[in-house]
Amino acid sequence: MVAPESSYGEESVPPTSGAAPAVEPHTIRSVDVDLTINGAQHRLASLDVNATLLDCLRDALHLTGTKKGCGLGQCGACTVLVDGRRVNACLCLAVMQQGKQITTIEGIGIEGDLHVLQSAFIRHDAFQCGYCTSGQIMSGLACIHEGHTRSDDEVREWMSGNLCRCGAYTNIVAAVREAAQGSVAK
Amino acid sequence: MTPFTYAKPESVAQAVRSGAGHQSDAKSSALDFFAGGTDMVQLMQERVRNPEHVVDITGLPQLDRIEVGEQSTRLGALVRMSDAASHPHIVEVFPVVAEALLASASPQVRNLATLGGNLLQRTRCGYFRDVVTPCNKRIPGSGCPAIDGQNRGLAILGTSQRCIATYAGDFANALMVLDASVLIAGSAGLRTVALADLHRQPGDTPHLETHLQPGELIVAIELPHLAVGLRSHYLKVRDRTSFAFALASVAVGLDMASDGTVRDARIAVGGVATTPWRLPRVEQALRGHKLDAELCRAASALASADAVPHGQNAFKVTLLERVVARGLEETGGLA
Ligand SMILES: Cc1cc2nc3c(=O)[nH]c(=O)nc-3n(C[C@H](O)[C@H](O)[C@H](O)COP(=O)(O)OP(=O)(O)OC[C@H]3O[C@@H](n4cnc5c(N)ncnc54)[C@H](O)[C@@H]3O)c2cc1C
Ligand code: SF4
Ligand code: FES
Ligand code: FES
Repeated sequence: MVAPESSYGEESVPPTSGAAPAVEPHTIRSVDVDLTINGAQHRLASLDVNATLLDCLRDALHLTGTKKGCGLGQCGACTVLVDGRRVNACLCLAVMQQGKQITTIEGIGIEGDLHVLQSAFIRHDAFQCGYCTSGQIMSGLACIHEGHTRSDDEVREWMSGNLCRCGAYTNIVAAVREAAQGSVAK
Repeated sequence: MTPFTYAKPESVAQAVRSGAGHQSDAKSSALDFFAGGTDMVQLMQERVRNPEHVVDITGLPQLDRIEVGEQSTRLGALVRMSDAASHPHIVEVFPVVAEALLASASPQVRNLATLGGNLLQRTRCGYFRDVVTPCNKRIPGSGCPAIDGQNRGLAILGTSQRCIATYAGDFANALMVLDASVLIAGSAGLRTVALADLHRQPGDTPHLETHLQPGELIVAIELPHLAVGLRSHYLKVRDRTSFAFALASVAVGLDMASDGTVRDARIAVGGVATTPWRLPRVEQALRGHKLDAELCRAASALASADAVPHGQNAFKVTLLERVVARGLEETGGLA
């Protein structure tokens, strides 16, 4: 309803009419959402707009590899890649992820053909209960691609968004560093 | 999360017309802007904010850019924390900004969170975020259980009888030493506000946290190039090495002559005050003197001159002085 503007800097903004804030007429409470996950298209019919990406992945699409720990951005268990960047799926609204490439743990390797980093986690015994592991691996992948693996301390700092209540940290750092030195070209 | 309706405006004018706000009390604005969502989703999941309508501003054009001009650098409000922190010009010219951003939250959160949203993040006071307790900020007039309660993380500077909540952000403290300003779009057009004038001290109205009016949108943050040449640095002390809010932090900007004399000093602290907080007395004590360990110690002793401790947070008085001293030494090349 408003013409696209060329620059936010110079545009004049028309005043609001009256006291009541004008809610735009095209507001929605639920909507069909199209998500691209691990290269595949998924349609979620009339999804509530308050659904998080995490709940959508787990409850609607049954991609339960992504875990829910805190639901508040504090633990990293829900880490996925959106357009190649690691984010907390619990802090994202699903409706805002349309048109983006979402990668979850299910998308990086399969039994018999694991990702280098998955194999490194197994080789280094980088987990006990495994609850944090898919988030650690997704975060570790991004950490490697970002190039933050030059020392153990650097890995610790850049993996600090992923908590492990079992305390497998030492082995997680070792697995991430080993995978960083090998090929992660997958 | 309480259900809400959702709209994604395509222009700043449309977003402003929505009238969405950012007050902290549970009742006022039923319309909230939503950018990275990292604080909004937390607040909505814990029912601290229950907007009826959410205005997603991430589709607004051109607000995700960093523009390096002649006089200033302009950071769009939708620039993600991670992108600002790794921008070569920011890293080189405004290290205090890059360091403050990298000391904030986690890589995942920084990939989502925007600079505009960062400035407006809510306090981490546990009572504010627990809806079953009273809190003057959330429910004006209901009382402040923190003053005689769990206040280890809360403020010692800028407090009132009604609220002692800490301003939790790091980025704003770095901006304070650079004399940054904020460009705001509202129904009457654009206005510029010094960052130092964006936040309000709690006083008798702790639910009013900023001077933004309903519908007003932060569109950019402006860093004047006057501050170029300043040595700057951010030091943050936390309960753990990484991924935690500050117990005390300091942003330092020093303009030093070649013989070590301080021509100008700008110092702001975090984790200890109710808003981003400059320390003019410490700055004054440094100006015109040669920076050495003794001067750092003497000047930083003035940091807590106005401090009002509240029991559990009394340790912050000494911690603040030491963090300021250490920050000065590190910036001045003494440590
Ligand atoms: C686990 C965790 C740890 C954290 N640790 C730290 C830390 O150590 N240091 C630190 O500084 N921060 C920390 N944060 C806070 C984080 O940096 C902020 O939540 C984030 O920067 C907010 O940005 P956003 O884009 O996600 O804002 P949103 O959550 O989208 O919005 C925040 C508020 O700002 C309003 N808003 C957003 N953009 C605009 C705009 N352009 N104009 C007007 N209003 C707007 C919204 O209405 C809302 O009220 C942490 C957050 C989490 C989740
Ligand atoms: S300190 Fe402020 S935010 Fe915390 S309980 Fe008191 S009034 Fe609420
Ligand atoms: S579930 Fe998302 S960070 Fe904990
Ligand atoms: S392996 Fe159990 S939480 Fe990390």
